[in-house]
Amino acid sequence: MSIDAAAATTLPAEARAGTALRSVTRRIDWRPWTAFAALLALWFAAHHFGWVPAKYLPSPLAVVQRLIREVTAGTLLDDLHETLRRNLSGLVIGVAAGLALGALLGASSLVGRIVGPTVLAQRQTALFAWVPLLAMWFGGGDTGKITFIAVAAFQPVVIGTWRGISLVPATYRELSHVLLLSRWNYMRLVALPHALPMIFTGLHGALIYAWLATVGSELFLNISPGLGGRLNEGSQLFEIDLLFLVILLFGLIGLGFNTLAERAEGLLIRWNNR
Amino acid sequence: MNAPFHSPSPQAPATAVPALDIRHVSKAFVVDGKAVEVLADISLSVEAGSFVSIVGASGCGKSTLLRLILGLDLDYAGEIHLDGRPVEGPGPERSIVFQEHRLLPWLTVEGNVGAALLHSGLDAAARRRSVAEHLELVGLEAFAKAYPAQLSGGMAQRVAIARALANRPRFLLLDEPLGALDALTRLRLQGELKRIVAYEGATAVLVTHDVDEAVFLGHRIVVLHPRPGRIAAVLEVPEEARADRSSPAFVALRDRVLELLGVSLGEGRAR
Ligand SMILES: Nc1ncnc2c1ncn2[C@@H]1O[C@H](COP(=O)(O)OP(=O)(O)O)[C@@H](O)[C@H]1O
Ligand SMILES: [Mg+2]
Repeated sequence: MSIDAAAATTLPAEARAGTALRSVTRRIDWRPWTAFAALLALWFAAHHFGWVPAKYLPSPLAVVQRLIREVTAGTLLDDLHETLRRNLSGLVIGVAAGLALGALLGASSLVGRIVGPTVLAQRQTALFAWVPLLAMWFGGGDTGKITFIAVAAFQPVVIGTWRGISLVPATYRELSHVLLLSRWNYMRLVALPHALPMIFTGLHGALIYAWLATVGSELFLNISPGLGGRLNEGSQLFEIDLLFLVILLFGLIGLGFNTLAERAEGLLIRWNNR
Repeated sequence: MNAPFHSPSPQAPATAVPALDIRHVSKAFVVDGKAVEVLADISLSVEAGSFVSIVGASGCGKSTLLRLILGLDLDYAGEIHLDGRPVEGPGPERSIVFQEHRLLPWLTVEGNVGAALLHSGLDAAARRRSVAEHLELVGLEAFAKAYPAQLSGGMAQRVAIARALANRPRFLLLDEPLGALDALTRLRLQGELKRIVAYEGATAVLVTHDVDEAVFLGHRIVVLHPRPGRIAAVLEVPEEARADRSSPAFVALRDRVLELLGVSLGEGRAR
């Protein structure tokens, strides 16, 4: 390869790298992070200048040290594992039940008329009102917690699936009659694909509600391994660094779930509009 | 003009049962608690293999009549018989092309056409063959894997025609199938539709408000008057009119239909 040719190929490559970098920096939205950074700075300052007694506000450094200690001892990872296991178990059960009942409600107007109002009424009850009842029925251990998480995940999914399926336009229903589609083929080819965006909105809600319920169940039901248990421990032993650490973790995981759902929703919308 | 609706038309043998027999059909919708008559005493018989065009202003009950023939709505007075049997609901021997293509956006072209065959009893291989054959018939075999959003309006409507024909229906109902297309595409598809329907040997009922289309495609033209929709005239289309859009017979018949529809001829000619 001649030098000229090499120069000719490297130059555009550099230019390409430049645009790639620029497009990456442009793609990251920095604005949310400025608020985050400001809060962090405020925290540092509050600790450094002693605006708040250290008893109520740990230094950011202390939280990081606590994190390192918990991770090396393996305790935090165990708790994280327990919490996520509980969260996902409840989520899977609630979502499966929500999809099944939602499909049934949407597919059969009789079922919709009989069971529908009850489902809507259940939706109106504040989520945490279920905690004492479920604790009595299933105990405060794992079963009670997972049931509560499942109830939380169930609500948005059943509504989304039901609405999505029952709102199939009359034109498509008429077409299905003319094509003599069986009930199964109607569900498979018409109703479910039509309902998909609404089902997805329901799943997104389920992810968020299930996470709230996970945190809540671990706080309000009896202490067992899990991040919520550590939060209780922190408040009872007045370990302010532990409290801060766990709250930060809760926030990060919730944010992660939300980002995941938004990404998946974006993909789905692109698929739907292809 | 008063057509002899009940006596068999000249082309059919005198003893034949008409393929489609509509007898004294009236239909009313209840709107705000009041019954509004939409179709009044419609009687029409269509012999097997013939093509009937129904023209009328929009809102005069054309789509409603097709829905009754399809068996989508059984709440009407009068009787509709197919090959001597009353219509009791949708059936595999009837199909329809709607004004909008009404393709399912999440299915490919072949998936949409194939949906019409799920009830046919054919095995998967035979269904695939029929889908391929009918896509070829409408000239879209290269687009089998495309999605409706990737097609032009004319192409999507051709897919809808393929879907309507895939199950080899003996009755093809066409509800302003080309109404949403641009003028050039419409002219081209009118020719295709004529060829395809003749090839399949289906009995066709076309509803349209395009008089040229009605004359070009139909063996007979039924002119409807509105509010309530009722038959004003039934006109035979001479072969030479069907064969050539610029023939004197075509122009004369078109003018006659326009006149029956209440379009003054001066206005009609000026267009
Ligand atoms: N489901 C319905 N309920 C009430 N009125 C209807 C219904 N369907 C159609 N109509 C009325 O019946 C008349 C004829 O409608 P349609 O058959 O769609 O006419 P066309 O196809 O000739 O334009 C219109 O006035 C329309 O508003
Ligand atoms: Mg119409």
